[in-house]
Amino acid sequence: MISHRPGGAAPPLPGGDAAGGGGHRPRRPGRRPPRRAPRRRVPLGARLRRDWPLLLMTAPALGLLAVFHYVPTAGNVIAFQDYNVYDGFLGSPWVGFDNFFWLFSDASFWHATGNTLLITAFQLVFYFPIPIGLAVLLDSVLSPRLRLLLQSVVYMPHFFSWVLVVTLFQQIVGGAGLISQLLRRNGYEALDVMSNPDVFLLVVTSQVVWKDAGWGTIIFLAALAAINQNLYEAAAVDGAGRWRRLWHITLPGLRPVIVLLLIMRLGDALNVGFEQFFLQRDAFGADAAEVLDTFIYHRTLTTAAYSYGAAAGLVKGAVGLALILVANKVAHRMGEDGIYRRT
Amino acid sequence: MTTPHPRPVWAEPPGPAGRAGKAAALTAIAAVVLLPIYVVVLTSLSPASAVTAAGGLVVVPRGISFAAYAELFAGGVVTRAVLVSLGVTAVGTLVSLAATVLAAYGLSRPTSLWHRPLLFAVLLTFLFTPGMIPLYLLVSSVGLIDSYWALILPTAVSAFNLVVMRAFFMSIPAEIGDSARADGAGEWTILARLVLPMSKGVTAVIGLFYAVGYWNAFFNAILYINDNRMWPLQLILRQYVQQGGSLTSASVVDTSASAALPPNLAIQMAIVVVALVPVTFVYPLVQRHFTKGVVIGAVKG
Repeated sequence: MISHRPGGAAPPLPGGDAAGGGGHRPRRPGRRPPRRAPRRRVPLGARLRRDWPLLLMTAPALGLLAVFHYVPTAGNVIAFQDYNVYDGFLGSPWVGFDNFFWLFSDASFWHATGNTLLITAFQLVFYFPIPIGLAVLLDSVLSPRLRLLLQSVVYMPHFFSWVLVVTLFQQIVGGAGLISQLLRRNGYEALDVMSNPDVFLLVVTSQVVWKDAGWGTIIFLAALAAINQNLYEAAAVDGAGRWRRLWHITLPGLRPVIVLLLIMRLGDALNVGFEQFFLQRDAFGADAAEVLDTFIYHRTLTTAAYSYGAAAGLVKGAVGLALILVANKVAHRMGEDGIYRRT
Repeated sequence: MTTPHPRPVWAEPPGPAGRAGKAAALTAIAAVVLLPIYVVVLTSLSPASAVTAAGGLVVVPRGISFAAYAELFAGGVVTRAVLVSLGVTAVGTLVSLAATVLAAYGLSRPTSLWHRPLLFAVLLTFLFTPGMIPLYLLVSSVGLIDSYWALILPTAVSAFNLVVMRAFFMSIPAEIGDSARADGAGEWTILARLVLPMSKGVTAVIGLFYAVGYWNAFFNAILYINDNRMWPLQLILRQYVQQGGSLTSASVVDTSASAALPPNLAIQMAIVVVALVPVTFVYPLVQRHFTKGVVIGAVKG
C-alpha cells in the first residue's frame, strides 16, 4: 500500500460533527445511520448508573482543562484591576478600563500588532502555497519507495524544536555560519542574515518553510489521493495535457482543503509562533521582531505589570476569537464547511 | 508492497526535460533539509584538529572522534539536562496519553449522560487561549514554579489530540462494543481489550505528538523554571549554542569534569545532535499513521 493512501480510502473530507456532538442532527447519507433515538425516558439515576464509568474516564482530562484553561481564562479579570501579587485577585483594586486606555495609547503595542499582521500577510503569500506545490510534486513520484523516503525527509524538520531550527539557521547562514565561513575563506565579505532587520521577514519565513512545508503536505496529499482518477482519465482521453489536468482537476479537488486552511490561518492571524520570535527578537532588534506575544512577555514579566499584560492578552484573544468567527462565517457563505459545521 | 506503481495508460510519460527538472527539484529539496544536519553531525564527530583546519563547521570528513560526546556525558550540565528532558518526556507522555485516551473513549458515545455539555467544554478551548499572564499567575499560585510538573500539567491535555482520538474511536463500529456489553463486559474492559488494540496506529501518532511536544518544550521552562540546575535540554541548547554562552561558566557547572576543557564547536554541535537524535529516530516508526492523525484532526477540529 502506498504510504499516504491508507486503504486507498477517501479521507472523510468534508464532513464530521465537529461542534456539539452528533446523533441529534440529520446525518449525511453514507455515514453511519443513527443507532437509536436518544433515550430521554431513562431516568437520570439509571443513566448515571449506566454511564458513570464514562464520566469517570473523562474526569482527568476535563479536570486538567478546567484548571489550566478555564481558571486562567477567568483570571483575565486582572486586566480590569491594578493587580499586585500581595493582594491577589480579591484584594487588588479595580480600575475599570484604565489598562486598556494605556494599552491603546501605547505606540509599541500598535507597532507589535503591525509587525504581527505584516508577518502573517507575508507568510500567507510566501509560505502558504509551498506545501500545495510540494504535495503535487511528491504525488507525481510514481515509485512508492522513493516517495516514502522523500516524505520521511521533508517531514523531519517539523519534529525539531524552534531552538534547534534557529540554531541550525545560525550555523548555516549566520555571521559565523558555514556560508560566511566559505565566503571569508575565498576572500569575500561574510554574510550575516541572522541579525539584519532588513531581511527579517525573509529569514523567519524561510525558517517556517524549512520546518513545516513538508509537514503541511500531508493534508494535501490525502486530498489528492481522494480525487477520482477517472476524472484524469476522461480528461486525458479528451486531449487535456498534464498542465490542463492540474488546473482543471487537481486544483478544484484541493479547493475545500485550501479554503479550510486559509480560513484557519486567517482566524489565527495574531499568532505567528511565539518561540520563533522570542528566540530571535534580541538578535534582530525589537523594531523588526517584536510581535504581540513577545510584547506581552517583555512588557509584563520583566516588570511584573501583570494587569497590563493581561489586558494586552485579552485584546489579542478577543480579536482572535472574532477573526475565527468571521472567517468561519465567510467559509459558510462560500459553501464550504469551515472549522465547525453550521448547525 | 514495493512493486512500482505503474503509470496509468492514459498518462503521457514525461519528456527528458520534465524528468530532469523534477529530479533536480526533488534532490534540491532533500539537500536543503539534509545538508545542515549532515554538517552539524559531522562537526560533532570531528577531532579538534579538523575543526581548526576547517575554520568552523566541517564539510569534508577528516577523521572521527567521539571526544565531544564523551565530554557531554561525563556528568556535567548536559548530562543532567538530558536526564531532565527524558524524564519529563516519559512521565508527561504517559500522563497525556492516559488522560486523552480515557476522555476520548468517555466522549465517544453520543447517547451517554452529559455527553453534549462535556464535549462542548472540550471544543470551546479551541476558540480561546487563557493568555500567558493569567496562566503564569495560576501556575505560580498553585506552587508549581520550579517543579517539573509545571512542564507537564499545563500542556498535558491537547483538545486537538483528544478530538482526533475521539473521532477515531467513533469510527469503530458500535456493534463491537454493544455485543461485548451484552456479554457483560464493562467499559474499562471494552476500552482495554477491544478499542485500544484496534487503535494502535492512532495511539502511536498521538503519543508521538505528545512526546515530541515535551521533548521540544522550551518556553514553559523559561517561564516556570528559575533554577538552572533543573533546565531541560532545549534551554541548554539555547544558552550554550544559540546564544554562544560558555559551558564552563561557574554558575552552571558544578562538576569539574566539563570545566576542564574549553567549549568548542564540536561540543556545541554535539548538543545539537543530542537534541535532534531522539525525534529523528522515533517519527519514521509511526510515519505511516500520520495521515490518520492529521486529516481526521483537521476535519473534525
